[in-house]
Amino acid sequence: MDLYSEIILDYFKNPVNKGEIDKPTGTASEYNPLCGDKIRVDILLDKKGKVVEAKFSGEGCAISQAATSMLTEKLIGKTPAQIKKISNEEIYKMLNIPISPGRVKCALLGLVTAKKAAISANTKTKTPDTKKSLKNPTCHFLQIKKSRQRGTTR
Amino acid sequence: MKNIPKITNRKLLVFNPKILKKDFPIFSRKINGKTLVYLDNASTSQKPKSVIDALTNYYKTFNANTHRGIHTMSEEATLAYEKTREHVAKFINAPLSKEIIFTRNTTEAINLVAYSWGETNIHKDDEIIISAIEHHSNLVPWQELCRRKKAKLKIIPIKNDLTLNMEAYEKMLSRETKLVSITGMSNVLGFMPDLQKIIKLAHKNKALVLVDAAQSAAHIKTDVKKLDCDFLAFSSHKLLGPTGVGALYGKFQLLSNMPPFMFGGDMVKAVQQDKAFWNDLPWKFEAGTPNIADVIAFNAALTYLEKVGLKNIQKHDEKLLKYAVKKFSKYEKDGVRLILPTYKSMDFSRSSDSKSHSFTRNSSSPTFDPSATSSILSFSIKGIHPHDVAQIFNDEGVAIRSGYHCSQPLIEYLNLSATARMSFYFYNTKEDIDRAEKALQKTLKLFK
Repeated sequence: MDLYSEIILDYFKNPVNKGEIDKPTGTASEYNPLCGDKIRVDILLDKKGKVVEAKFSGEGCAISQAATSMLTEKLIGKTPAQIKKISNEEIYKMLNIPISPGRVKCALLGLVTAKKAAISANTKTKTPDTKKSLKNPTCHFLQIKKSRQRGTTR
Repeated sequence: MKNIPKITNRKLLVFNPKILKKDFPIFSRKINGKTLVYLDNASTSQKPKSVIDALTNYYKTFNANTHRGIHTMSEEATLAYEKTREHVAKFINAPLSKEIIFTRNTTEAINLVAYSWGETNIHKDDEIIISAIEHHSNLVPWQELCRRKKAKLKIIPIKNDLTLNMEAYEKMLSRETKLVSITGMSNVLGFMPDLQKIIKLAHKNKALVLVDAAQSAAHIKTDVKKLDCDFLAFSSHKLLGPTGVGALYGKFQLLSNMPPFMFGGDMVKAVQQDKAFWNDLPWKFEAGTPNIADVIAFNAALTYLEKVGLKNIQKHDEKLLKYAVKKFSKYEKDGVRLILPTYKSMDFSRSSDSKSHSFTRNSSSPTFDPSATSSILSFSIKGIHPHDVAQIFNDEGVAIRSGYHCSQPLIEYLNLSATARMSFYFYNTKEDIDRAEKALQKTLKLFK
């Protein structure tokens, strides 16, 4: 199976939901210091607390860009609590390409950012249970990848 | 016997990368069904059979701890271990073999200096100078030392042509400068600073100089006597040896006055319940059972390297880099940007000539100064992330590095989020670069 499937390449070249939301309910940026990838995810919630609009911006590899773009589509209609429950496996399934250990962080960067955006939306709407994760969001991301990080050779 | 020259102690009669490649078992391996093209030598080099044999030979025939036993194998192991030290000293032209300390790698060697020498000699408001092209290993230890001591870290900037700004360096030096720590060769740019000049100027200001020779030691002759550097650090694994071995050279007087960096067994002469007496150099700095096997195999690596000859390597590096630049510069119109010191692309010369409109594309080919840079070609492609580039290259069996290369501040300075990097060694051929070019064509086709 090819990593750069037609679908991945299509989402990379013509990304869906690329851009920023003017006044997002939730927003978060994530930075992957090993690759230099930067991704921002904005979400807009309706009165019922469901996502009506989701956008992403930033730069990264084809895998992280396509994955984030596909994910923003998936976010529509979900509550922040539901976003936080999206599993890594769901992302792999959505991408439907073989993700090697070295590309795990690329595949999951969007999800990590979206979860942070969901938390920030929660904070704004004053639902509890979020302060802890906000304190040190980068570490939260690094913890996920730590075991599978690439080496840091020259 | 075929006519393949067997590697003996003598230098090679003819330098032929294709024949040398046969000494490296790894090149019989296929990646994605294709013969391996290894262009990630700045990360680590491949190992010749003689090194692998030396490693297994130790474990098979004289595996024992060093500096301790009376039995035969312990003596053999100690002898072999210390022989490598002598060889390293000879390899970098160090006056004494006890000026060579074995560490895990270059990073640990630099940390040894930062902790041992730095803790006692750096004080508040002192200054340490490094450059903008340093690997993290020659940046972070100094950041931390300066933070602990409230000292200042000054960084020599680079110029637009990606060479070091030597005028700025001269101005930076002062009475406060205590140390200049500088790379012999940038792992991103291949740039080789003028060490001789840097060291002379530093010494004029009574500052010491540490050279990070992690990259350069594998490609150009290292002569600590001629350089007159105070410390020099490098790793075995970048010059055909095993991983897990680094070497620190320090001038005898300096090392003698430095306190130990780590404490425990082997670094002591005598131990009482409330205190201990330090061992002599170099063992004062080698606490615990050292990496005996890898140090012993490192000796075989140096032997192999000397047979190939650093002069041959240097010549070959230049040839390959020129060839790679010629090949890859063809794709500048497709968004490929070469990140190479002193490089002038065709577009570059056209824009500087734009007033006269006399420039014709065919009359000028890309140029760079091969004495300033060596064996490394970093590049980026507009709109394509280096990880994707490296992935497609890998599909073609070509191993390259992508990302920050442990030089994040430099990459950000270049206004890039990351780069792709090809780095060559003596076993690479023009055919390898042709394969890389093919991979580049495939990358452009796929993503554009």
